[in-house]
Amino acid sequence: MRTLGWLGLAALAFTVGGGAQAETIKIGVVLPFSGANADLGHQIDKAFDLYVKLHAKDIEPNKAEIIKRDEGPPTGAQAKTVATELVTNDKVQILTGFVFSPSAIALAPVVTQAKVPMIIANAGTAWITNLSPYIARLSFSMWHPAFPMGAYAYDKIGCKTAAMAYTDFPPGKDSTEAFKTGFEKAGGKVTEAVPMGSPVQVPDFTPFFQRIKDAKPDCMYVFIPSGAHAAGVMKAYGELGMRKGGVKLIGPMDLIPDNKLQDMGDAAIGTVVMGHYSVDLENPENKEFNKAWHDIYGKDSYPDFMSAAGWDTMHAIFDTIKKLNGKVSDGEKVIDAMKGWTSEGPRGTVMIDSATRDIVQDEHAMEVVRKPDGKLGVKILGTTKGVKDECKELKVGRCGS
Amino acid sequence: MPQVANIAVSILFDGLAYAMFLFITSVGLSVTMGLMGFVNLAHGAFAMAGGYVVVTLTRSFGVEFIPSLVVASVVVGAVSVVFERWLYRRLYKSTDLEQVLLTIGLAFMAIATATYFYGPIPKSVPLPGWLQGDVNLGFRYFPSYRAFLIVLGTALIAVLWYVFERTNIGAKIRAAVDNRRMAESVGINVDRLFTLTFAIGSGLAALGGGLAIQLFGLSPSFAVLYLVLFLIVVAVGGLGSLKGTLLAALVLGVFDTAGKYLLADAGGFFVYAVTVAVLLIKPAGFYGRE
Repeated sequence: MRTLGWLGLAALAFTVGGGAQAETIKIGVVLPFSGANADLGHQIDKAFDLYVKLHAKDIEPNKAEIIKRDEGPPTGAQAKTVATELVTNDKVQILTGFVFSPSAIALAPVVTQAKVPMIIANAGTAWITNLSPYIARLSFSMWHPAFPMGAYAYDKIGCKTAAMAYTDFPPGKDSTEAFKTGFEKAGGKVTEAVPMGSPVQVPDFTPFFQRIKDAKPDCMYVFIPSGAHAAGVMKAYGELGMRKGGVKLIGPMDLIPDNKLQDMGDAAIGTVVMGHYSVDLENPENKEFNKAWHDIYGKDSYPDFMSAAGWDTMHAIFDTIKKLNGKVSDGEKVIDAMKGWTSEGPRGTVMIDSATRDIVQDEHAMEVVRKPDGKLGVKILGTTKGVKDECKELKVGRCGS
Repeated sequence: MPQVANIAVSILFDGLAYAMFLFITSVGLSVTMGLMGFVNLAHGAFAMAGGYVVVTLTRSFGVEFIPSLVVASVVVGAVSVVFERWLYRRLYKSTDLEQVLLTIGLAFMAIATATYFYGPIPKSVPLPGWLQGDVNLGFRYFPSYRAFLIVLGTALIAVLWYVFERTNIGAKIRAAVDNRRMAESVGINVDRLFTLTFAIGSGLAALGGGLAIQLFGLSPSFAVLYLVLFLIVVAVGGLGSLKGTLLAALVLGVFDTAGKYLLADAGGFFVYAVTVAVLLIKPAGFYGRE
């Protein structure tokens, strides 16, 4: 009798609860956890975990269940397989993560067909957001840092000529194209573009850089996938004595990820990058974010621009869950709810542009300096507020379609 | 200096440094394959192991880079003897396929073990001050580390050449490579000779692995990532030939660097083009026995 009574009470609770019934939202996270680029996956994963840990209560009584899968190498094949499994077998309602553009590109038709929102936390090839109405991007387009860097390099850094060196995959071509467009508009001349092999492994950068050093342009614009590649770039640049040889190193913030910066040594000092995040950015949210990060991951672990985007990504997902009261099974509604989302995050003010579903954020020109405490850090040289993806604004190539 | 000469010097210098790494890492593989016809695909794993010994010694124990290199080659060389006595020797008379399966299996196990202990993220190594930056050789600057590679490689070549051509043990190795049955019948213990060369070869591979950290970074996938290159050096040079391995390393190192420097769009294609060309003309490699 007693058991029956309890059951009855439970049944009553369910009926009364009705509309506010707690949902468990399954979120599929696809990030590289293996291979040369595993580092990048961990930087975002740590930010995701941190956000979920600190903000799980925000979506109560609903719960988020995170299912993680390995994105694999930057070719897209494995990412497509695991993400498809997440959608069909695990029935996730939201997909997020995606460090590599090839992964996002390969998966776009799948999410369109499955009507599952894909909330990109990194992959930066500009035209990715055009591939499916179910894609929203919280990170950046390659054009965000690269295009303004063009004019900045010519006007402020004093580059009249520049060589470009890039890792040979879609974001590399995108980043150099964006830089070239901005640089030539301002009056500069790009002397050459040097592809430096696939992103799967870190190459020996020396022969590529030696060639550029011998050609003596004013500046060398380098795009590489962040992390291990960035350390390699700095090593070769320092070894070849290129700064002494009069070739300045410039690029997007991928060149100086915060978690690698301390290992880069004096070779990095003087490098100027355009980017939307650094641990040194002065805003209250960033201070709080860094404190929470160090509390959990230790004082020698640093978040970087990928972590900052990861934090905002989970923030946007949680806000959307809250806004829809946990009813996120309709992918179209999820994306609609995200349009126009705005928040103060570690990067400052960020917003999802309703028209393009891409991020709008501030871009800072930053120079690597030795700080008074002996550590390497950046000095903010200048800031442009509310930068949109210029590739889509100017309708360049595939961004126009 | 005129631009063309400058470019040529750049290519030769970087190519030479790269060739030294290829030679040091591959020479052991060539000699063991020539001696026993044993296909050792775990050679790259010994190189990787050497790299991780160097990383552990320098990062966790504060040992200097150069002594770490020495310790790494000795330790890995010694450990390789255990593998040789315990696993490899059972398969000397087996087919190539069985040898390949055993050794590639070992390579994959080595990758998994390294990932477990060190994680998949590439490691770097702290260098002493005199190996960082660049050095002025009178007419232009060169990266110090690569200059060091060239000097070290040249010294090693001299030592190996002396041992191979001028000592009793070298004569025995050459005899066994030429004709194993004949060597055995005049009383040379080829089995023991093999253990010795295997240990030295693995030790040199470990040295190569330690030297490679500064060039490519060190991750667990090192064990198979560069294996193809080592096999190409061995095939192009000819099995069991010191001269051949050296020549192959030089040709491939310089061509690869030149390709990346002059025609970056074609990327790593040059190494393979050279390999195909050489093997078409000389199927057994530069100094292989037809």
